[in-house]
Amino acid sequence: MTLWKHYHTPSTLDEALALLASYDGRARIVAGGTDLLLDIRHGHVPPQEALIDVTCIDGLNTMRLDGDTLLIGAGVTHSQIVGSDTLASRATCLVESCGVVGGPQVRNVGTLGGNVAHALPAGDGTTSLVALDAEVEVVHQGERRWLPIGELFLGPGVSLLDPTRDILVQFRVRLCGPREATAFKRIMRPQGVALPILGCAAWLRLDEAGERCEDARVCIGPVAKVPARATAVEEALRGAPVDEAAIERAVGAAHESLSPRTSKYRATAEYRQEMADVLLRRVLPLAAERARTGQAVPEGVGME
Amino acid sequence: MSKLNITVNDQPYDLDIPESRTLAQLLRYDLGLTGTKIGCEEAECGICTVLVNGVPVDSCIYPAFKAQGASITTIEGLANNGDLHALQKAFIDHGAVQCGFCTPGLIMTAKALLDNNPDPSDHEIKVALKDTYCRCTGYTSVFNAIHSAASDLRGQGPLAWKAVKTVEPLKAVGQPVAAQEAVDKVTGHARFADDYVFPGMLFGRTLRAAYPHARIVSIDTSRAEALPGVKAVLTHEDVPGENIHGLVYADWPALAADKVRYMGDPVAIVAAETADIAAEALGLIEVEYEPLPVVGDPEFARSPEAARVHEEREDGNLLKHIKVRHGDIDQGFAEADVVIEREYRTPTIEHMFMEPECAIGVPAGFDDEHPKLTVYVGSQIPYEDRRQAARVLGIPEDQLRVRGTLIGGGFGGKEDIAGQIHVAMLAQTTGKPVKMLYTRQESMLFHPKRHATIIRIKTGARRDGTLTAVQAELYGDGGAYASLSDKVMTRATTHATGPYVVPNARIDCYVMYTNNPPSGAFRGFGVTQSAFAVEQNMDLVAEAIGMDPMEFRLKNAQRVGATTATGQLLRESVGLLETIERVDGDMRAGDAPFRWGWREGSKAYGWGIACAYKNTGLGGGAPDRAVAEVEVFENSIAEVRTSSADMGQGLSAVLAQVTAEELGLPVNQVRVLLSDTDLTPDGGPTTASRQTYVSGNAARHAAVVMREALASVAAEHMSVPPDEIRFEGGKLRYNGSSIEIGEVVGWMREQGMEARSRYTYDAPATQPLGTGGDMHFAFSYATQAALVEVDLDTGAVHVLKVIAANDVGRAINPRALEGQVEGGISMGLGNCLTEQYIIEDGVPWSGLFARYKIPSIKHTPEVISHLVEHPTADGPFGAKGVGEITSINTTPAIANAIYNATGLRVFRIPVDQDALLRAIKSGAREVTATWSDVK
Ligand SMILES: Cc1cc2nc3c(=O)[nH]c(=O)nc-3n(C[C@H](O)[C@H](O)[C@H](O)COP(=O)(O)OP(=O)(O)OC[C@H]3O[C@@H](n4cnc5c(N)ncnc54)[C@H](O)[C@@H]3O)c2cc1C
Ligand code: FES
Ligand code: FES
Repeated sequence: MTLWKHYHTPSTLDEALALLASYDGRARIVAGGTDLLLDIRHGHVPPQEALIDVTCIDGLNTMRLDGDTLLIGAGVTHSQIVGSDTLASRATCLVESCGVVGGPQVRNVGTLGGNVAHALPAGDGTTSLVALDAEVEVVHQGERRWLPIGELFLGPGVSLLDPTRDILVQFRVRLCGPREATAFKRIMRPQGVALPILGCAAWLRLDEAGERCEDARVCIGPVAKVPARATAVEEALRGAPVDEAAIERAVGAAHESLSPRTSKYRATAEYRQEMADVLLRRVLPLAAERARTGQAVPEGVGME
Repeated sequence: MSKLNITVNDQPYDLDIPESRTLAQLLRYDLGLTGTKIGCEEAECGICTVLVNGVPVDSCIYPAFKAQGASITTIEGLANNGDLHALQKAFIDHGAVQCGFCTPGLIMTAKALLDNNPDPSDHEIKVALKDTYCRCTGYTSVFNAIHSAASDLRGQGPLAWKAVKTVEPLKAVGQPVAAQEAVDKVTGHARFADDYVFPGMLFGRTLRAAYPHARIVSIDTSRAEALPGVKAVLTHEDVPGENIHGLVYADWPALAADKVRYMGDPVAIVAAETADIAAEALGLIEVEYEPLPVVGDPEFARSPEAARVHEEREDGNLLKHIKVRHGDIDQGFAEADVVIEREYRTPTIEHMFMEPECAIGVPAGFDDEHPKLTVYVGSQIPYEDRRQAARVLGIPEDQLRVRGTLIGGGFGGKEDIAGQIHVAMLAQTTGKPVKMLYTRQESMLFHPKRHATIIRIKTGARRDGTLTAVQAELYGDGGAYASLSDKVMTRATTHATGPYVVPNARIDCYVMYTNNPPSGAFRGFGVTQSAFAVEQNMDLVAEAIGMDPMEFRLKNAQRVGATTATGQLLRESVGLLETIERVDGDMRAGDAPFRWGWREGSKAYGWGIACAYKNTGLGGGAPDRAVAEVEVFENSIAEVRTSSADMGQGLSAVLAQVTAEELGLPVNQVRVLLSDTDLTPDGGPTTASRQTYVSGNAARHAAVVMREALASVAAEHMSVPPDEIRFEGGKLRYNGSSIEIGEVVGWMREQGMEARSRYTYDAPATQPLGTGGDMHFAFSYATQAALVEVDLDTGAVHVLKVIAANDVGRAINPRALEGQVEGGISMGLGNCLTEQYIIEDGVPWSGLFARYKIPSIKHTPEVISHLVEHPTADGPFGAKGVGEITSINTTPAIANAIYNATGLRVFRIPVDQDALLRAIKSGAREVTATWSDVK
């Protein structure tokens, strides 16, 4: 089956936008193609007149440190992210989540931008970006602007962006400073599709003494139609020492506030609820430990 | 068409090709570099892996124009001036090449790893190869090969193959020999069916049913025929001969006529100039259906309200009722102190051989090489293909030639007809060669699978541990057509006592027609399913009478002098006790006192054991015959020929070895020619673990006949008594002097004789079930112990270690045998933990590689293997079957281990962590739900 007729590899954003405009809806953005090309092959997306590859665009395929923030091009691959020492130590959860996407062949071409643009409630990279409170730069309806990542998602598989006209340009992530740290883990099943039963990313900031949680951001997915913060869980953590009692309060808050669903051949609601507990009990102490020690070594990369 | 500049294996190319190409298509079709294989086109299997600027990518979804200006390395670029790369050598030397279809992908992925990491750990190898699948090897040999190559590349020399202990090897037999195709498989030069091209070749596609069960009202092909580039559109009306085929019963139309009975039923076939046009044409064929009620499961199929899958059959949907009656069942249960009765369910299982089916038809008279209609195909039974195809084509069998190509894995799934008949029809109609390559998704939809079963089993024993009775009722989902259901489920039934002495047995099996994909042969042949039930019931009984499960098995194990439930007296070669003892010894070794189960934090650990036996050969009264031919040439090369198939299991090496042994030739002076109905005599079907025994015997005897002829000519020529001549090292030796074997061939020719022998080997006769005699001429035996870790937080199960002991009679090629053991265990592990082919009311949900997970390298347990060699008198050098026995008891061993770890017994597979955890949390003791229940 011919999945696309023309393949373009523009080197500037303007060129890419001009190409999209010239095809007027009959061309679509592609990055690694690990979602899109399969969607076309399986008939979920129609064959395209042209594909506009964003991974050769200047600035889209690199990362740039700007003080305490890191700019990550949308076309940066999962492998690039896994290979970044800066991210490993200062946005560990992103390395942990991109590190478990597919196998090496998929990570070598699949991009963070593609993961986010696909807008799945359980996209692993997405889960961590939400916990990192990332911002995204987009060209939307001809206008280039920054927005909080949460504003990107409209529904399962649906984002603000029209992939025949808009482009996700880059992400902005504030790196962890002293007493701040992150962690990500997920639960998979050995049968069926590659998406996680549940994933969980957390960002924590401790107080000067390294005891109390000053601030917390947690993302657990999929529990809703779009990736979202677990605000009740965050609330349960803020201001208290990160000990067993606090974690159990967070678990309790998750129980009350989240209502994961049964999804066919993936997980029962009951199991997901249990896994939310398990993940919080695994992720929160790990993030707290990292924040206390200032040491973070990504776990589970390439395997989980 | 656009310009693409690209460097492939250091050679620059300046190409003018369509922008729609993937890198895999570019390599395979534009550059003819067919070493890169396509297994799924889903970015899942990884066997299409090539390096783009040194980085491994799945070439099946990598747009060729994304590689503009890049440097590509493929498997063909690894060897340097004919010198194999260290990885290529190591894959051969460590037995990591079986069918070879995945080998290019594994080697390329491993190369990328070693380029960056000269000394990877096991964990790093797992990370790197996690998404590069192999269905044959079970990966243990792949780890060894990579470590060895890494050592070699570091300048420390390769590592030695980890030899398994066997009896003293002979010159060729008992040696770890590489198959003759091994080098081609590691260099990418091996040719599988899709690697063949012919001038002017057309591409075929098949329109499959739109409903699992429906009457066909009309088929209109006119719009498809009008599409430019379409050369033929055929339906049942175009079938020249009888529109029917089938291996045991002819019940399967080559093209659906009055109705469709499952979603894979072929309704029309198309040949066109390109595969794209053929696919487009399918969409233009208009079929009007009248949907019928769907028969979705075998128990329902037997009920009066179920629709009839084959209306003309007298027995309704009953395909076969199979009975075993032995002793007095009531008396048996009356004698029992403990009776355990349970129900077990196993799902439909997909073979997932890495090479999807492909066939090419070349019309008669196409060129000098093809005077007759020829079908190229990687098939397990070329002569059966010919018989069935000739019938549908309405031509005598002598006008059709089936030429076997290499086979990228079969496991029983390439015994039935796939595209063989269709390509022959299309080639005849169009006068052109026609290739029909199934996509992975089509392969998964179409081909017969392992039967889903429901097994109710009741086991009785005395308090002293003596089994007194087994009663069982089995339901098998035969699917829409009979395929090998009769034989497979007979095996499930006759083996439903397990490898034990059971004085009283009553077993009934009902194989039912349904509207699911047909079920047929799959490694284990029904015994895989019954073992899951039998071996768990054994543990339940042992627990009920308070006996150690190993001791309980030892007490009841079949041994020489025992009689099976089908009334067969076992006279020899019953190595079961020794397999139990070997496994038991290993399992209990170590300083700490042995425990079946224990906890550490939130993890539970448990050992589980299971025994199994499996017949060698067809049995049940079927004549089991193979013919082989041996020819020796003046250059002292011998060629052995038989139509049997090597699908990666290692037959070609076995045949070379037995021939070499008998002729006193070095193995590398024996060539093997397989699978060609014009050039090789009939070796019979490659099924039922029969090839080493039956075809091996045919080759061996043919070699003996050849040797005797050579000896007699030499004796006369040199005036020495023939029995003083020894055959050694390619020479005939006598009295301290020697001559080359080829020279004697020259003398034979001078005398007008051909240095060629042919032998028809008939295996010892067997009796049909129910007659009480020998149903089989040999059985292989095995015991396995599995150590599992269960995460009590998540329910996830990991198999950490498997200890296996297999009684194989005689290890002809211990390295290939280890491959069968490791691969068999991996398949058993998949059967237990990861695999299920889900069908929803006749409609397969598991239509993608991504929806059917076979074990990846990350699942690989530590494997400890013992070969037990209780020779069988009639086997070649004592050998009996090995292909299936290695895979049968892994599933029950794991299930028993889960029980010993957690106290939870699993009655359905695949083991579902979701259900397991919910059971742990609720305090339940039995798990009867599985993955497909998560809805
Ligand atoms: C075997 C396998 C395993 C996988 N495992 C996982 C997993 O474990 N976890 C997981 O989260 N995902 C997984 N995936 C899914 C996928 O690989 C990832 O989501 C990946 O990050 C997608 O990135 P991509 O660059 O390939 O996206 P593409 O397929 O190129 O694009 C995806 C979508 O985003 C749009 N798009 C891409 N880039 C942009 C942009 N810059 N601007 C606007 N629109 C854009 C495309 O038009 C398309 O609609 C897996 C896929 C495969 C094949
Ligand atoms: S991943 Fe490319 S063929 Fe399977
Ligand atoms: S050798 Fe790996 S799939 Fe056959």
